[in-house]
Amino acid sequence: MPDTMNVKLRVKRYDPADSGGKTWWQEYEVDIHPDSTVLDALIQVREHEDGTLAMRCACRASICGSCGMKVNGSAKLVCKTRVIDISPNGEQMTIEPMGNQHVVKDLVISLDTFFNQIKRVEPYLKPSFVPEQGEYTASNASMENLLTSMNCIMCGCCVSDCTVLEVDSNFIGPAALAKAWRFTEDPRDSKRDERLKALNDEDGGMWDCTRCMKCVDVCPKGVAPMDRIMEMREAAIAAGNTNTSGYRHTESFYNSVKKNGRLDETRLAIDSAGWTNIPRLLDLAPIGIAAMRKGKLPPLMPHKSEDHKKVRDLYKSVEDES
Amino acid sequence: MKYAFYPGCVARGGAPELYDSALAVMERLGIEHVELTKAACTGAGVLQEKNLKMGDILNVRTFAMAEQMGLPIMVLCSTCQGVMSQANHRVKRDPEYLAEVNKHLAAEGLEYKGTTSIKHLLWALIEDIGLDKLKETFTRELTGMNMAPFYGCYMVRPTDALEFKENPTRETSLEDLIEAVGGTVTDFAGKTACCGFPILFINQANSMKMVANHTGTAKDLGADAMVTPCPLCHLNLDGYQPKARKQVRGDKADLPVIHVPQLIGLAMGMSEKALGLQKHIVSTKDMVRKAEALPVKV
Repeated sequence: MPDTMNVKLRVKRYDPADSGGKTWWQEYEVDIHPDSTVLDALIQVREHEDGTLAMRCACRASICGSCGMKVNGSAKLVCKTRVIDISPNGEQMTIEPMGNQHVVKDLVISLDTFFNQIKRVEPYLKPSFVPEQGEYTASNASMENLLTSMNCIMCGCCVSDCTVLEVDSNFIGPAALAKAWRFTEDPRDSKRDERLKALNDEDGGMWDCTRCMKCVDVCPKGVAPMDRIMEMREAAIAAGNTNTSGYRHTESFYNSVKKNGRLDETRLAIDSAGWTNIPRLLDLAPIGIAAMRKGKLPPLMPHKSEDHKKVRDLYKSVEDES
Repeated sequence: MKYAFYPGCVARGGAPELYDSALAVMERLGIEHVELTKAACTGAGVLQEKNLKMGDILNVRTFAMAEQMGLPIMVLCSTCQGVMSQANHRVKRDPEYLAEVNKHLAAEGLEYKGTTSIKHLLWALIEDIGLDKLKETFTRELTGMNMAPFYGCYMVRPTDALEFKENPTRETSLEDLIEAVGGTVTDFAGKTACCGFPILFINQANSMKMVANHTGTAKDLGADAMVTPCPLCHLNLDGYQPKARKQVRGDKADLPVIHVPQLIGLAMGMSEKALGLQKHIVSTKDMVRKAEALPVKV
């Protein structure tokens, strides 16, 4: 292996001091050791090519969560990302600040968005009792269950690439929801039902996630925020929260497959809107009419799979078990 | 090649043109298929929110049926692909869980051993047929046609369950197909984002913003059409495009959103009607005219 390799970087710059806040692209080229990380390359740029390039980093060991940036469009901890894995043949790589968060300068974003989201879920234990002696205790198994979420280093990569936050800044976001899940699962907390109800009811809560899996994909620590959100939805339903379109959608889907072995698309749309929600139902009508005119309205009577009775038996055997 | 064919609910419901065009293309290529008419819905990740195990059991039942036939499964839908791949991934790495799932299937005389592979038509064409062989069936090069890829989340994430490492062509399958038909890729950041369909009935305002952003951006970049392997993305990006574009951008729906076999069919010289292109909400007329004006190979 050669001693050095050449790296070509295209970096998005932003200077708030410039009139109106100017954004521009700047290209750099540095020679580094072939084992280097993207962060090593950026530090090389800052120290030898351009001292004005602003970035944030500290531990260089994917523990502190400071160096989240977009590399070729996807959020990463640059200290955990090797140059050779991104540009095996010396391709130019694009570095941008993380998305969905306010840019302070160049590659540095403000942490306000992230922590305002985290604060919304009241991220601290709320026990309603005081142990007679000593500390609040929790079993080993209950803590192991929390490991995914507790691995979060608050780097903001999931927030950066969340496809819902891109269109709705009120969404509470993947990191905060994964954090909330951690408290609903902690045996020392006494506000599980209240937490679930709040996140079920509030605008921008657990049902606004689209299940796009971007957060699972970009999280450098295996928190898998979306999986935690799915677990919370299941828990919220089990705790009796049945007042949302999300619940009706899930329930309708579950029962449609139970009944027909297949999905009844028309019924799913009406169930999700709610049978008594006249404005929402009227809203569906023009879409249905347009589809019908093109000869593609889903059948009003659903197709059934040939063996739908066997599917029903399966449902029964699973439901009886629990 | 022969497949256990699983078209999915939407190809048999809200997007019948996908089913028809897929069969037309498969016939032209001599791909044999046996439709899994007894299989249930995959659950689309929605049923799984209520009961993950129920979803896994339904999918493993489908895998066992194909395994008995000795055939790989072919799907037409990114969501079917993703949900099935995830279920397969879960049971294959955990024999105890598989045994538990199999217990529920015993009454039907089914037992899954873990050998079924699941391939979207797009992947099957690239991996099993090969783009060079596919190209031999084309009668027209779609030169100058600008196509924006739109994958659908479930075809791109999570990469371990989708076996991207083992099959490196999957990451750029749509772009490769667009280039194979002679078209030009209109690249844009939204191509692997969410189309908004899963929250259509839950938060329609957000869903409409996604539809308007993706179709508007692709159009602004000069795309003649968007092509997707996911009929759920199609339902939202096509069906709701008029509403979304008016509501969010104050302009008109002008970007056709076509299915993968429709793109291939155009290169094979098939008619608009054979491919069901007249069944779209956003008119495909301009795009079809542009394609039909291109010279036919002799």
